[in-house]
Amino acid sequence: MVNPLGKHTHPYIPNSLPEIKREMMREMGIKSINELYADIPEKYRLKKLLNLPDALSEFEVKTHVESLLSKNKTCSDMPVFLGAGCWPHYVPAAVKEIVQRSELLTSYTPYQPEISHGMLQALFEYQSMICELTGMEVANCSMYDWASALGEAARMASRLTRRSEILIPKIIHPERAATLHVYDEPAGLSVKQIAYNSETGQISLEDLRSKISDKTAAVYIENPSYLGFIETQVYEISKEIHEHGALFIVGVDPTSLGILKPPGEYDADIVVGEAQSLGNSMNFGGPLLGIFACRDDLKLIRQMPGRIIGMTTTLDGSRQGFCMALQTREQHIRREKATSNICSNEALCAVAAAVYMSLLGPEGLRELGETIMYKANYAIHLLSKINGVKTPVFKSAHFKEFTVNFDGTDLSVKKVHEKLLQCGIHDGKDVSKEFPELGKTALYCVTEIHSEEDIERLAATLEEILIGR
Amino acid sequence: MEGENGMFKQAKWNEPLIFKLGRKGRKGHILPKVEDEVKRAVGDVNALIPENMRRISQLRLPELSEVEVTRHFMRLSQMNYGVDSGLYPLGSCTMKYNPKINEFLANLPTIGMLHPYQNESTVQGILEILYRLERWLTEITGTYEICLQPAAGAHGEFLGTLLMRAYHKLNGECKKRNEVIVPDSAHGTNPASAAMAGFNAVVVPSDENGCVDLEALKAAVSERTAGLMLTNPNTLGIFEENIEEIAKIVHETGGLLYYDGANLNPILGKARPGDMGFDIVHINIHKTFSTPHGGGGPGAGPVGVSEELTKFLPVPRIVFDGERYRLDYDRPYSIGKIRSFYGNVAVLLKAYAYILSLGGEGLKEVAEVSVLNANYLMKKLKEIEGLTLPYISEKPRKHECVFSAKPLKNETGVSALNIAKRLLDYGLHAPTIYFPLIVDEALMIEPTETFEKEELDRFVEAMRKICEEAYTNPEAILQAPHNTSVSRLDEVKASHPRTMALSWRMYLKKNGQNL
Repeated sequence: MVNPLGKHTHPYIPNSLPEIKREMMREMGIKSINELYADIPEKYRLKKLLNLPDALSEFEVKTHVESLLSKNKTCSDMPVFLGAGCWPHYVPAAVKEIVQRSELLTSYTPYQPEISHGMLQALFEYQSMICELTGMEVANCSMYDWASALGEAARMASRLTRRSEILIPKIIHPERAATLHVYDEPAGLSVKQIAYNSETGQISLEDLRSKISDKTAAVYIENPSYLGFIETQVYEISKEIHEHGALFIVGVDPTSLGILKPPGEYDADIVVGEAQSLGNSMNFGGPLLGIFACRDDLKLIRQMPGRIIGMTTTLDGSRQGFCMALQTREQHIRREKATSNICSNEALCAVAAAVYMSLLGPEGLRELGETIMYKANYAIHLLSKINGVKTPVFKSAHFKEFTVNFDGTDLSVKKVHEKLLQCGIHDGKDVSKEFPELGKTALYCVTEIHSEEDIERLAATLEEILIGR
Repeated sequence: MEGENGMFKQAKWNEPLIFKLGRKGRKGHILPKVEDEVKRAVGDVNALIPENMRRISQLRLPELSEVEVTRHFMRLSQMNYGVDSGLYPLGSCTMKYNPKINEFLANLPTIGMLHPYQNESTVQGILEILYRLERWLTEITGTYEICLQPAAGAHGEFLGTLLMRAYHKLNGECKKRNEVIVPDSAHGTNPASAAMAGFNAVVVPSDENGCVDLEALKAAVSERTAGLMLTNPNTLGIFEENIEEIAKIVHETGGLLYYDGANLNPILGKARPGDMGFDIVHINIHKTFSTPHGGGGPGAGPVGVSEELTKFLPVPRIVFDGERYRLDYDRPYSIGKIRSFYGNVAVLLKAYAYILSLGGEGLKEVAEVSVLNANYLMKKLKEIEGLTLPYISEKPRKHECVFSAKPLKNETGVSALNIAKRLLDYGLHAPTIYFPLIVDEALMIEPTETFEKEELDRFVEAMRKICEEAYTNPEAILQAPHNTSVSRLDEVKASHPRTMALSWRMYLKKNGQNL
């Protein structure tokens, strides 16, 4: 073969050395590797070479990819105030180091627990910490992301209640709502949206009461909500749901849970969420890390999707150990009757989250929540002083994200965005089309990585764009 | 058996659960400070939180220094086995070497610090990479368009079965076509994915050659058939020679043909699913395209489709107008979304670098050597007493071969499971066992192209010794493994309602230490 080294072997393929091939073929009694392909019908044998670029040396690959990536402008090049389900946070160096340990990085799903003990323990620790954070007792070792976790949670609720209606808030990420629909439509589920109080953004309890019934499998709320405010009527909502025999599903951003009440304490049955924010880079939106947790109730546990690591002992009882538990729920055993088809998940991202939570500890997570809330509210404080800008749109407490409305200005959100970008600042997400009733509105996100200076620069630049023209 | 001369010995730290480590007040990370002006302007941040929503209960996480955290996870990593440790011949998992340059590139801040909703003008580099990768993958699979969004193979399968659904729905046949056919040798994900998309799974048996039984297939198809999910080469490592006839049978009844890409590795550059008549193809990036499995993920499971099905793919699609790359959401027939954003981009970037490192010739070499290695192992293992190779044993396999340890079990009591556990003692990972379901005491072995002959020989030698040992001293094997971090685990206990502990919190509760 031709390869960048000009020799007849490739660094990733040790047996590509012709003399080794000959040696192996001699032992096998064949003359050509093509004999091993003789059973592929002639008409399907590819006669041409794949139309791909010529192979490059490692240095060339590196230069090429680096130069393509350098066309991007990132959060390090400019302050970026985007969130909406993927958030800019700092990833400590120790997290990056540990998830690059090749024994973890290059291992498969721990089907042989005795030789995969390290991964199993790390994943068990992840599950345990997610339980502490959410106030639940059981967590699986990850789903693909928040959106697909929600889709699975709704299906699980439907299996448990044998009901088929799911109620979700009107204020929800459209991609999450779309994913929920795609996951649940084939199972015969229907989704209805609950209106919100136009002043506070909070769930309209009236509308919830009018829509909930004995057909309702589950009611889903998010806290903090998609638009960043804290939903406070959780006890009323929870009571309403449980009186109707439905399940209560709560979606969370775990960075809030050092300071906000965990859903387990307001009787959530299932908690989903996005844990990319715990020690994982944004990576243009993937991989993410879907949280999935539930109460310690065997009925619920047996319907959970995904892999769960359990604590056990060695057969001789001499030592604590870990292995995959409740595999009879899963596709490789139950096939079409499995609770889900998921097998590969986001395990290494879960390890990153475990390392992150271990580094921060209880104090660090509380401080993280406070820091984010300080900075986001500082941005609200400064932006709301600008003439024509209204922020936040809703009279509620906001955690990390908040709405900024430009109805009082003659610029559209898009125009504001373009002008800010010209000044080297990336504003929030335009949500005008998602919520036309909110007018010209964008969703901004501020985290611990935004400095006072970044926020002040945003406010000053915005003021200049809107007023100083 | 412990400490047998010259044998592998895995690290055996007595590493407690992290909750038992540390001291109150220790800290592993210092966050950026909140500036005085920010504090002054905002006031007491906790007062901003409505009282009933403040966390009051103590967050019970461990309190550790960075030193202790690093050491803890370092020790855990040493009690784990990866592809970098040695042969990992899990059948259908394609555990190949994960090139280091790919990891380096995927960890650059120029991808890590990119937000998915950034203005398109600021993300042209990554869009170009993804767009090109799509083109390359269509070329490799012989499909028309590729969707990079699925996060894993099973996620790709789910998307594939949803596409079947959308296709039949548009033809007004969704209600009628409610069956998806899967061979009895199929991966468990196939029937599970079909069920998730609302189909009934109909199983067709394999014939005496280990391939789809054509007569049974003819009998199974009907106007209710939505499609057939097929792995080719199949899970026995055998190429479905009758693929043309199979495609014809399925297409003539109006069904679609789905290609499970778990076994794509051995036909890279040699044959293409699209050319064989497959309408939907998923690819396991973390198998065929060398990205690491990370102990279970993240992977990526792109899906390729024929021209007719492109309009159903999830939004957004990456488009190129000759000058700029754009994300196009305007697709009226799209099924919508199966996840947030655009896919596991950091994983996909590694596949991009991998394809560049090999080129067309290199990928063909990957396929050929993976097949050479599998058949070499097969030839050697056939000579071992106690093992048999079910289904025409003279026929070449592709990337994997499936042996049965049934004779050994009957004669010595040593099962496939026992062999697997004993292999661990040699510092080798076990093959996939008890799958496919059509082989008793199955050992499903896939060496991939990235292990050298010497390592393959070491595996053969270990298998030979184990089988010999089974006849002479079965006890040693029945007690295995001896050299791993922990000995055999009680998997029943882990799932028994009385002893089940799925979190530290649950463990404490069960043991009377309520919070």
